[in-house]
Amino acid sequence: MLKKSRSLLVLIAILMAMVIAPVSAAPAERQVTELKIFWAQWPPADYLQEIGNRYEAETGIKVTVIQEPWGSFYDKMSVEWAAQGDAYDMVVGDSQWLGQGAEQGHYVELTDFMVENDIIDTVTPATLKYYGEFPANSGRYWAYPTEGEAVGWAYRKDRFEDPEEMAAFEEQYGYPLAPPETFEQLRDIAEFFYRPDENVYGVGVYTQKDYDGMIMGYENVMFSWGVDWQDADNQVIGVVNSDRAVEALEFYKELYSFAPPGTNNAFYTEMNSVFVNGQATMVMNYFAFLPDLLNAEKNPYADVTGFFSGPTGPYGDRYVALGGQGMSVLNYISDERKQASLDFIKWFASDDVQQQWADVGGYTCNIGVLESEEFLSNTPYNRAFAESMTFVKDFWNIPVYGELLEPAQRYINAYVVGDVGTAKEALDGMAVEQHEILVDAGVIEE
Amino acid sequence: MTSVNTPALPARAERMSQHRRRQMSDRAISQLFIWPTLILLILMNIFPLFYSLYLSFNDYSVIANEPAEWVALENYQEILANQRSRYWHNFIVTGRYAVLSVGLQIVIGFGLAMLLREKFRGSGLITTLILIPMMLSPVVVGLFWKLIFDPSKGIFNYLIYLDPRAGDQWLSNPTLGLWSIVIVDVWMWSPFVMLLVLSGLSAIPDYLYEAAAIDRASAWFQFRRITLPQVMPLLLIAVLFRTIEAFKAFDVVMGLTGGGPGDTTETVAVRLYSEAFLGKFNTGESSALAYIVLIIIIAISNLYIRALNRAREG
Repeated sequence: MLKKSRSLLVLIAILMAMVIAPVSAAPAERQVTELKIFWAQWPPADYLQEIGNRYEAETGIKVTVIQEPWGSFYDKMSVEWAAQGDAYDMVVGDSQWLGQGAEQGHYVELTDFMVENDIIDTVTPATLKYYGEFPANSGRYWAYPTEGEAVGWAYRKDRFEDPEEMAAFEEQYGYPLAPPETFEQLRDIAEFFYRPDENVYGVGVYTQKDYDGMIMGYENVMFSWGVDWQDADNQVIGVVNSDRAVEALEFYKELYSFAPPGTNNAFYTEMNSVFVNGQATMVMNYFAFLPDLLNAEKNPYADVTGFFSGPTGPYGDRYVALGGQGMSVLNYISDERKQASLDFIKWFASDDVQQQWADVGGYTCNIGVLESEEFLSNTPYNRAFAESMTFVKDFWNIPVYGELLEPAQRYINAYVVGDVGTAKEALDGMAVEQHEILVDAGVIEE
Repeated sequence: MTSVNTPALPARAERMSQHRRRQMSDRAISQLFIWPTLILLILMNIFPLFYSLYLSFNDYSVIANEPAEWVALENYQEILANQRSRYWHNFIVTGRYAVLSVGLQIVIGFGLAMLLREKFRGSGLITTLILIPMMLSPVVVGLFWKLIFDPSKGIFNYLIYLDPRAGDQWLSNPTLGLWSIVIVDVWMWSPFVMLLVLSGLSAIPDYLYEAAAIDRASAWFQFRRITLPQVMPLLLIAVLFRTIEAFKAFDVVMGLTGGGPGDTTETVAVRLYSEAFLGKFNTGESSALAYIVLIIIIAISNLYIRALNRAREG
């Protein structure tokens, strides 16, 4: 009986091996015929597929852009990193991932490649710094700035240009109603159009709690108040909770008080929603989501929608929160696939392909294209975008960025949305927790 | 012929004997069916269960490309003893949510079952309609209730405030936020309690009520001494299931508030998710948290099962 059981087990093992074998024993790599690029599911990924099709027509190497919904984009990439899998050749990853990608060995270092091919001089310094460089100011690059992205603003031109509204505004505030150049003006306009009885509201701002939405909104105000996430020594206490930071947070909360109700957990989708349903007079949103506002099928106010870039803060600083991604080569693929990926990036980074990239709808980081009149006049928001890309700033991009993000989201959301405590208390709490995280991670000393 | 066939007989018998040997015994066949399932179970359930238990004693991040470092009970200590870690806050939120939610579901579910106990014209249709919420996806429920709670376009504030737009924004209010999740959960799962109680009610023999009526027992007496004891085992099963689910509350919370404002509605499951994923990937600590939740659920289940057994015996 024991013998039978053993032979049965052997039989089962053989059967399982037959099932598993085809999966694990992939054919040896000879010539690269396809490149797989992993990116989030959104219109720019479709544009990249279009560019990839042109690459296939030129070289015969098929390019497939594999799209994953934003909600699971990072999770899926992380699982692939953990498995050291080779399912993708390249990833167009978030700027915050750079630290993990570089320090944990997921990304191929592109420094020599980008320097030798003169790629670093073709993109704006800010995009190279935030999408490609790690550690900051090290001159080491891990990604090619692919999709430039920043927070911009959309507004209702019909309300701004209504003679009665203009006269009433000027009478109330003492200066003409126009797209705001400073945050104080933005606040005044938001207050002026805050009319709950008419279901009209001043401004929509990011508040989402789950991941990074709240911070991506607050950063626009915080940076423009001259506040950073750290000082030169990576210290946070006294920086993120400085007096100016307190002012900035109080200001952001004030903006939220002019927002349409129901935007308590709002990000890019909700911003466009409250704009197209006529409630919001102004909204903040990433530029990649602004094209929808010009689509008359989606936005009944498409023909009266205008755009402006981030206003200046009270102390003369002007910055906007960075979005967007850089293209990195994954470290777990064969050398042939790495070389083929680098060849693709070299081709993609060329001026004429970057022009094509901008023509199909991609937000290029190429200096020449961004400055060209053709690009600037291509859409009503391209000028604001090109302008914004010269004064972008970003959150931490070290491996513990996720841990640093969590207390920031929690404290600022509680204060802005939940009206819990004061701005000072919220920022003090956030600073202490971030300090502890940085100490634990060995970034700073106790 | 005989002389030819005679030597073949032993050979044939030998072949038949070999054939019989080749035939599989019942035990072998049963093992052939059981082992693939067992192997799958071990690979997909048992191994992850024990591996995550092992990880809960390690400092480990699944994406860090670094080996797990044994830290013994440090993760459990961090969760249970470190005040800054805020886990007790998550347990309190979850406990409050579970008590409010399950309590209301039992009351409303029981009430609905009592109302629908007697058959009347259209009672089948009404029962079916009442059951619809529990058939919906929690994510969808979360999203459309988010619209319902919206003071400018949702119906909720219109129903409870004279001036809907001046009414509270339930989802962004630190106190009302949890209540809004409770309301949605009660709306969705009271029908489940109703269904179980209805099946219990239909099993109560009529003669018990007839005997009570002959003894001129009051309606309250009949409810207290006949209906409630008879339905109690099923009611406890409903409480058991709903409490376990309440401790795992995730999708509706994420759909409605994302755990906010701040962390006022952050249940243990939402916290577990944010520790295990969302850029943090604290695999070791989140495994420890998952085991603590598992132990709590097992403990509560045991209490309920004991109560259930007592109800059955009594």
